[in-house]
Amino acid sequence: MSQNKLFTVLVPIISVFLGLLAGAIIMLVSGFNPIEGYTALWNGAFGDSYTLGETIRRSTPYILTGLSIAFAFRTGLFNIGAEGQVIVGWLAAVWVGLAIDAPMYIHLPLAIIAAGIAGALWAFIPGILKAKLGVHEVIVTIMMNYIALFVTNDIIRNVLTDRQTTTEAIPASASLASDWLQSITLYSRVHYGILIALFAAVIMWFIIQRTTIGYELKSVGYNEHASRYAGMNVSKNIVLSMVIAGTFAGLAGAMEGLGTYGTISVMSGFPNMGFDGIAVALLGANTALGVVLAAFLFGALKEGAGEMPTGAGVPTELVDIIIALIIFFVASSYIIRWILLRFKKEGK
Amino acid sequence: MKNRKFILLFALLLSLGIVLAACGGGSDEEETTDSTNSGDDAATEEGSSDYSIAMVTDQGGVDDKSFNQSAWEGMQAWGEEHGLSKGNGFNYAQSGSKADFMPNITRLVRDEYSLIFGTGFLLQEDIQKAAEQFSDTKFALVDAIVEAPNAVSVTFKEHEGSFLAGVAAASKTTTNKLGFVGGIDSPLINKFEAGFIAGAKSVNSEIEVDVQYAETFDDPSKGKLIASNMYSNDIDIIFHASGGTGNGVFNQAKDIKQNDPEREIWVIGVDRDQHEDGEINDQNVTLTSMIKRVDVAVQEVANMLANDQFPGGEILEFGIEEEGIAIAETNTEAMTEEIVNTVNEWQEKILNGEIEVPKTREELETFESSL
Repeated sequence: MSQNKLFTVLVPIISVFLGLLAGAIIMLVSGFNPIEGYTALWNGAFGDSYTLGETIRRSTPYILTGLSIAFAFRTGLFNIGAEGQVIVGWLAAVWVGLAIDAPMYIHLPLAIIAAGIAGALWAFIPGILKAKLGVHEVIVTIMMNYIALFVTNDIIRNVLTDRQTTTEAIPASASLASDWLQSITLYSRVHYGILIALFAAVIMWFIIQRTTIGYELKSVGYNEHASRYAGMNVSKNIVLSMVIAGTFAGLAGAMEGLGTYGTISVMSGFPNMGFDGIAVALLGANTALGVVLAAFLFGALKEGAGEMPTGAGVPTELVDIIIALIIFFVASSYIIRWILLRFKKEGK
Repeated sequence: MKNRKFILLFALLLSLGIVLAACGGGSDEEETTDSTNSGDDAATEEGSSDYSIAMVTDQGGVDDKSFNQSAWEGMQAWGEEHGLSKGNGFNYAQSGSKADFMPNITRLVRDEYSLIFGTGFLLQEDIQKAAEQFSDTKFALVDAIVEAPNAVSVTFKEHEGSFLAGVAAASKTTTNKLGFVGGIDSPLINKFEAGFIAGAKSVNSEIEVDVQYAETFDDPSKGKLIASNMYSNDIDIIFHASGGTGNGVFNQAKDIKQNDPEREIWVIGVDRDQHEDGEINDQNVTLTSMIKRVDVAVQEVANMLANDQFPGGEILEFGIEEEGIAIAETNTEAMTEEIVNTVNEWQEKILNGEIEVPKTREELETFESSL
C-alpha cells in the first residue's frame, strides 16, 4: 500500500523532470541556452511578488476545472464539458453581478452560487442523458461546449450590451478582487477566489473519502454492475456526479468573471481552462491534493512561459513546444509507471 | 524493503537536482544579464534615441500578415532609423490568449520600455488599467479609445478605405454579388462592413453583399469555409477584415484558381497590401487591399515621444488625408485604369466632404435610403 502511494508521488515528479529535460534538449538543438530559458521561466512564474500573484491567479481556475474532471472521473465519467461549464458559470456570475444591486455579503455569494448552479445545470443535461438513455457523456459534453460558447457570445452582444464585445465591469459588491492582495503583489490580479478553490478541494476530498455518497460514487466508477447489484441507484449517482463536477467548473468561471476580469467578453474560441483541467486532473491522479499541486504547476508553466521570449530570447513558438513537451511527459506517466515497475522486478 | 529505500533515495536525488538546477540557473542568469546589460548600454550610446518602445500583440501575433505584422514592421523601421535592434530598444510580447495581455504589458513596463503599444481593440481594458496603474510609462492603443493622461489612442477611418474598396469591387464584379468576411462582430469591424457596403451600393444599388463573421481573428480554416460557401454562391469578390482568418479566404480563392484558372474571382485584402498573399502561378487573386498604415501610425507616435511631444490623452485619427488609409494599386492587371479613376473620383468626394461615409449599421441604413 505504501509503495503504491510512493509511486503516485514519484511518477509525476519524474514526468515533470523528463519534460524539462526534453525541453532543454530542444532549446540546445535550436541554439538557445536552456539554463537561461528555464531561469526566465522560473522568474516569470516566481520571480517576484507580482508574478507570484499572477501565477496564483492563473492556477485558481485550473484547480476548479481539475477538480471537476477528477470528480467525474472517480465515478467513471469523462467530463469533457468543463469548458462549456466554465463559460456558462462565467456568464451567470457576471450577469448576476451586473443585474442585481445588493450589499456585498448578499451580492457576492449570490453571484458565486449562480455560477455554480449554471455549471451544474450544464452538466446535468449530459448526466441525465447518460443515466436514462445511455448516451455517451463525451459526445454530449463536447456538443454542450459549443452551445455554451455561441449562446454566451450572443447573450453578451444582444442582452448584456448593445452590440459591444465586452460587458461593463461588475460593481465592487460582487467582486472577488482585493485591493489588499493587489497592493502586496505589485498590482497583480490575484483575488480571493484562491480561497474558494482550496475550499472546494477540501470539499471534494471530504465527499469522496468521508461520506456514503462519495463511497457510492466511487463504487459506481469501479464497477457499475456490481454497484447496481449491491442495491445502489446507479442513474442517480451518475447524475449527481456530473452535477457536482459541473458546479466545480462553473465556479472556475466565477473566478474569471468576478475575480480576474470583472467582465465577460465575446470569445472567439474556448478559453481552454476546461481542457487544461483534464491534464491537471490526470497529473493530479484524480485526488484533491494532487489536483491542487498540478494546477499550480500548470499555472506556473503558463505564466512563466510568457517571460521566455522577452527574458531569454526564446521564440514564442519554441516556448509552446517546450511547454507542450512537459505536458506530454506528464500525461504519459503511464509509460514511466511501466518502466519503474519493470525496473523494480529486475531488481528483485 | 531495499527497493523502497532505493526509490526514496532516487526521489530525493531528483528533487535535490531540480533545486540545484534552479539555484545554479539563478547565478548564471545574473552573469548573463550583466553581460547583456553592458551590451545594452553600448547600444544605447551608439543609438540616437533614449527611448525604447515595445508592443503587446493580440492573439494574431506579429506574423499574422495583417494588423499586428504591420505594427511590428513600423516598430522595426523606427528602430532601424534610430540604430536599435530587437530586444535592445524595441521588442514585442506575443499574447496567446486574453489572459496573457496584462502579464505581457506589466512585463514590458518592468523592463522599462518608455512607450508600450497595445495592438487591437481586444486590449482596450488592459491598456486602460495599465495606464492608470503605471503613470510613469507611456501607452498607445491602436484601434480603440483609452482615457488616461499618459496614453494616446490611435484610430483609423477604416470606413473611408472600405468605402473605396467597395467602389473598386462594385466596378469589377460581373455577378453583382459581393462578400464580406469579418473577424469578430464588433463596432470596429462593423466600420469596415458599413463602409464597404456603402461604397458598393453607391456605384450600383443593385449589388448584394453577403456579410459573414468568423468570430475569430486567428482561424484560417473558418475563413476558408466561409469563402468556399460564398464563391459557390456566385459571389466573385470577397473583402475580408479578419486578420489571420483572412488567410483562409486567400487560400480558398487560390485553390479555386488553381483548378479553374479561367474563373474570375477576387479577394480584397486588409491592413497591409496583401498582393503577395494572392499570388498563384502567374495570376493573382488580390484585386486590391484596404491599407491601414498601422506602421506609419506607430512610427509617428514613437517620433512624437522622441521629440517630447507625446500627445497624452488625445485621440489620433488617421484617414486618407493623413496617409493612414489607402487603396493598393499593385495588381495593375485587375485594377484597370478605369477602376482606379472611379476610385479616385469617390476619394475626392470623401475628401471634400461631399459624402459622409457611414460607420455603423444604423448609419448605413440612412445612407442607403438616401441613395
